[in-house]
Amino acid sequence: MTSVDALIQGLEGVGYIASRRIATALYMAVNLQKPILVEGSAGVGKTELALSTAALLGLPLIRMQCYEGLDESKALYEWKYGKQLLYTQILKDRMGEALSDAPDMDAAMDRLHGMGDLFFSEPFLEPRPLMMALREDAGCVLLIDEIDKSDEAFEAFLLEVLSAYQVSVPELGVIKAKTPPIVFLTSNNVRDLGDALKRRCLHLHIPLPDAALERRIVSSRVPGIEADLTHQLVSFVQSLRTLDLRKSPSISETVDWARALILLGADALDGDVVRDSLNVLLKFEQDIQAVEPQIIEIIRKPLA
Amino acid sequence: MQGALEDFFRALRSADVRVSPAEAIDAHRTVSTVGFADRELFKDALCATLAKSADEVERFDRIFDTFFTRETFHAEPPPEDGGDPMEGLPEEAAQSELARMLLEGDAMGLAQAMEEAAERAQVSQIRLSTQRSRLTRKLLEEMGLAEIEQIIAAARKLEDTAGPAAADRLEAARKRLAQEASSYVERQHELYAAESGRNLREELLARKALNAEGGIDPVDLAMMQALVKRMAKRLADRYSRRRHVAWTGHLDVRRTLRKSMGYGGMPFDIVFKTKKIDKPSIVAICDVSKSVAAAAQFLLTFLYSLNEVVDRMEAFAFSGRMISVNAVLDEHHVETAILEVLKRIGFQQTDYGKSLEDFCEQHLDQLDRHTTVIFLGDARSNYADPRLDLLATIQKRSRALIWLNPEPQSYWGQGDSVMHRYERFCHVAKPCNTLAQLERIIEDVLRTYIPH
Repeated sequence: MTSVDALIQGLEGVGYIASRRIATALYMAVNLQKPILVEGSAGVGKTELALSTAALLGLPLIRMQCYEGLDESKALYEWKYGKQLLYTQILKDRMGEALSDAPDMDAAMDRLHGMGDLFFSEPFLEPRPLMMALREDAGCVLLIDEIDKSDEAFEAFLLEVLSAYQVSVPELGVIKAKTPPIVFLTSNNVRDLGDALKRRCLHLHIPLPDAALERRIVSSRVPGIEADLTHQLVSFVQSLRTLDLRKSPSISETVDWARALILLGADALDGDVVRDSLNVLLKFEQDIQAVEPQIIEIIRKPLA
Repeated sequence: MQGALEDFFRALRSADVRVSPAEAIDAHRTVSTVGFADRELFKDALCATLAKSADEVERFDRIFDTFFTRETFHAEPPPEDGGDPMEGLPEEAAQSELARMLLEGDAMGLAQAMEEAAERAQVSQIRLSTQRSRLTRKLLEEMGLAEIEQIIAAARKLEDTAGPAAADRLEAARKRLAQEASSYVERQHELYAAESGRNLREELLARKALNAEGGIDPVDLAMMQALVKRMAKRLADRYSRRRHVAWTGHLDVRRTLRKSMGYGGMPFDIVFKTKKIDKPSIVAICDVSKSVAAAAQFLLTFLYSLNEVVDRMEAFAFSGRMISVNAVLDEHHVETAILEVLKRIGFQQTDYGKSLEDFCEQHLDQLDRHTTVIFLGDARSNYADPRLDLLATIQKRSRALIWLNPEPQSYWGQGDSVMHRYERFCHVAKPCNTLAQLERIIEDVLRTYIPH
């Protein structure tokens, strides 16, 4: 984490080929202790960036998947109601014993106050991802995935966690992180995020990679693939992206396709192999139908 | 450097990249972490702190490149014979730093002098394109133009031949300098003012009457579409916001009791009802006849955007007869869709009665008590039977009937307009002939009349 170049190399060591912009944003996030908001279309490696960072720094990764209706009790903490109930029942049994020899009501009340009240205390707290991240003393990587899927109310709730790295539990007080976690938020742009949240984060947009970068990614992710095949398949995918498709293939699809081709034992692209494995690359029937007649033509194109 | 960064923030702000004071502080912290030595690193790091969305990144890149790039200064090269470039000038020239730099072709020195003069002349405060020539003049004056002009005049008066020749050389260098100054001011204008000009134009467009003669300029069309689209997006956001409110319902006793079995009948897990929300169903009917020709394009653009935003919507267009245009709106891009609709049905004689008949015959079953009907039209029926009875049927069957008329209210009921007679059957009837008006009305409409 000493410089951007070291970071690029380090990420490459754990299998993530980062562009300079990605590495710089990550470097700034660690140095300024700010969360980093990663945007980009599905499958460009947003989540992977967080995983690789955790692997690089040797920190535990805590992941929270957002969805509509996610609320505090699932993100932050919940009381263990069942155990609390048991506790009160035990308490009731013991109470008679402990208070039986008290001379009058006032003395009994005094004794009652003297007993430790555990009802709202840490043992009964069920920590959820955010709380767990704040309680990792050695620091951790917190991945808040697909924040755009959560409600706006939840987004507002995150603000305290993200700017001060602390949460307030009404019954216990403020819990503050000893070492602020490295926070990644990812978004697919399902809805616009609020300005308040954006302001607290560094912003990183991961675009689809150019041919050279994609080749490096494929050869790093799919070890043992022939350089020629990589070249061919990357330029095929790159020319697919210039077509008007409902869902252009992104990096993860390219990597999956490369794996599929290896599995099929193909050492060069030809019409049949591509036609058979096109469903790995394209996820809509219309897209497949649109591309199928052009396969040969695209293969014959000069390599990118 | 702080000054330069502040100027840079201002340039970003004028390009609509929001830089709040907190972000400015972050940017300063960033700069002190990464330093200025590595341009790439400096740019990427600033980008991560300041630009907060993909298109802001694009604008950031553009502004950064314009702001932190200095084109090489073109200065008149010094004479090649190696003689003293100042030769032949009157003695006051020896005092003038600017004259010396001009004649020696000291590009670095001139560029620096220009930056300093620009600061004194406050060139970066430029707001309008009409300020360019005045600021150029002021910039040159700050650099010491008056001095140079005096020297030139004095040199021309000298008796010997070297004087006028030197004056010519200085004159050429001065012209070159003026060119540089004007392109410098041009760049500043691009940085600080070009975007604000665009914003001004958008604002005017939002208030421009859409049924004015000639409708919307073709130049402004793209901008209008962007505006309408943004409006539709905002409405969609607001709609989805309301939708989440509907998520928190009442206590679901049945499911709570069942869950409490595990805790010996104590209701620890409390379950709330989640409401299923009705999607808005909208039937939009748009007049595209001759009388609303100017506004038709706008109305259709709006119809198109509404179709993108609202989940369940049926769209119809009519002039003489009525047709369903749902398929057209779904399949085509906004421009082609509008052209296609106009080609099929547009610019004919209006017949409201006939169109209502068409609607009631073929599509009346699409209306139920959840449907909001939006009529877009001027209610000018060419003196044909307006068929009020049919509109009454529509009103009875639907949840709400909203009429948006591109004509101002004072025109209603005049000539062949039957707006006043139709108005009786509408829950809301409003004039709507600017984008700003439309936005306000639609917001009200979505808030009040769409079931949620």
